[in-house]
Amino acid sequence: MNKPTRETPRSFRSARPYLLLLPAFLCLAAFTYWPMLQVLLASLTDKKRVGDIGAFAGAENYVRIFQDAHFLGALANNVLYAAGTVMPSVLFGFLFALALRETTNLSAVLRSILFFPTLVPLVGAAAIFIFVFMPDIGLLDYYLAKLGISATNWLGNPDLALVSLMALTTWKNAGYYMLFFLAGLQAVPQDAEEAAKIEGANWLQRLYFVIIPMLGPTFAFVLVIALISAVSQIDHVIVMTDGGPNNSTNLLLYYIYQQAHEFYDLGKATAATVVTLIALLTLSFLSLRTVERKVHYET
Amino acid sequence: MKPDLKKWATPGALLAAAMCAVVFLWSTPFLWMLIASFRPDPGGGLGMASLVPDFVPTLQSYRYAIEDGYWPLWFLNSTILVTGTLVVQLVTISLAGYAFARITFPGKEAIFYIFLLQLMLAPPVLIVPNLTTLVHLGLYDSLIGVMAPYWGSAFGTFLMRQTFRTIPKDFEEAAIIDGASWWQVLRHVLIPLSLPGLTAFSIVSVVYHWNEFLWPLMVINDPDKMVLTVGLVSFAQGAEGASDWGLIAAGTLFIMAPLFIAFTAFQRQFVNSFMSSGVK
Repeated sequence: MNKPTRETPRSFRSARPYLLLLPAFLCLAAFTYWPMLQVLLASLTDKKRVGDIGAFAGAENYVRIFQDAHFLGALANNVLYAAGTVMPSVLFGFLFALALRETTNLSAVLRSILFFPTLVPLVGAAAIFIFVFMPDIGLLDYYLAKLGISATNWLGNPDLALVSLMALTTWKNAGYYMLFFLAGLQAVPQDAEEAAKIEGANWLQRLYFVIIPMLGPTFAFVLVIALISAVSQIDHVIVMTDGGPNNSTNLLLYYIYQQAHEFYDLGKATAATVVTLIALLTLSFLSLRTVERKVHYET
Repeated sequence: MKPDLKKWATPGALLAAAMCAVVFLWSTPFLWMLIASFRPDPGGGLGMASLVPDFVPTLQSYRYAIEDGYWPLWFLNSTILVTGTLVVQLVTISLAGYAFARITFPGKEAIFYIFLLQLMLAPPVLIVPNLTTLVHLGLYDSLIGVMAPYWGSAFGTFLMRQTFRTIPKDFEEAAIIDGASWWQVLRHVLIPLSLPGLTAFSIVSVVYHWNEFLWPLMVINDPDKMVLTVGLVSFAQGAEGASDWGLIAAGTLFIMAPLFIAFTAFQRQFVNSFMSSGVK
């Protein structure tokens, strides 16, 4: 079958798959695996700058970040921010997909509009939402005033700034997640729903007992990508709030960025990176496991 | 004749009406941006937020936006960045995808899992060590440095592996019997049949890198190498100081325009490719 038609040395042929994988692997190794190792090692030394040798410092950097109120604040903010963006954006994505499940001319247009925010760069959306959240004259306050709600300083109030960023992220991502649910819904077999209907299940029961369990893998997948985005996207923090007011919108990656770029504290930056990576990996695995345990796979 | 209300107020029609209202709310930031960019007095005032276009539209904001930013340079740099990233990615993911899809070799499964791990990690989290690597490689402050970390894509490798696997082996076998080498098989049989997969990956990659901000911000110092997102932020911060919202709206529309035009033209491909992706 796979008889070589040209004379290829045997040793080269057996090396071929590795040579084919090499370019991709080299890039992944250089910019994912090697930096992971590097950041782990650097977090255990007292080097202050790139290029220093640094002496072994044990857990000192970890002790320092866990005594740093700004780091603890960023960690707490990120947990809140993740909960406050993942849940609403996944829920909206799911509800939009349910409502626009049937393809008609109208639903095609509505789906496209909901998908638009996915194409906007986060910095562009942030620039626009600075105006949306402007006190008094901004889009939100202007129309809330017509409903008799008085002016609110959305981004200037430490209690509201993070919530405002959550709203922006939900607006930007829900349409993206909708796509996955639309695809998932297409895979739900019609006869399962029909059978439930004949058995007398109302729409809520059909949703809860038929549709949601069958969408389990979709939920797991969307949850994980939403979680990754809640940790790795901070463009809007840089553009809109710089972590403020009063550190209320400081997120983990922003903290890392600040430590590395503004304060040149490599120890804190690397230790915070390791903590963030561990949290991200653990949460990804946990959400995959939990959702999968609740799912009933049957094909 | 009197319209029969009962006939019209079906659950389906009510749902459609409710969804139209929700989607309208969702689209208000865009609507506002469009309207604000055509306002004759874009400097603010109480009526700035109004979604009612009660004025004679002018292109003034667009004119000022063009004058205020280095758009041709930023567009050029973003185009170089996106193209340079994609071209190398297409080569590496095709080769690796082919190895995973068609060749059996010792250690295949282990290597596959090593690739898989990368999907769980968000590259932006590794900005600190990756910047160090770039400095060591002498790639700091270069567009190549912005591209390099994305040249190997685990996601792209999986996508190509899946795509190659859906192609029946008969085609290749026929080509091999005719004396084709593995390279000719890949180049003339598999790649042409994998265009949907390659297109999907290209769209996702272009959208991601066109819109990326933090990484180019950290790598590039030289204003001559600035990309659109970084340029937009410096531009918008200037305009925000002057609270010229029309200017910000116009600038943001510039950076969005290429992707929106492409999306409207190739809607189906866009939607399909985003569904087959997810990782980015």
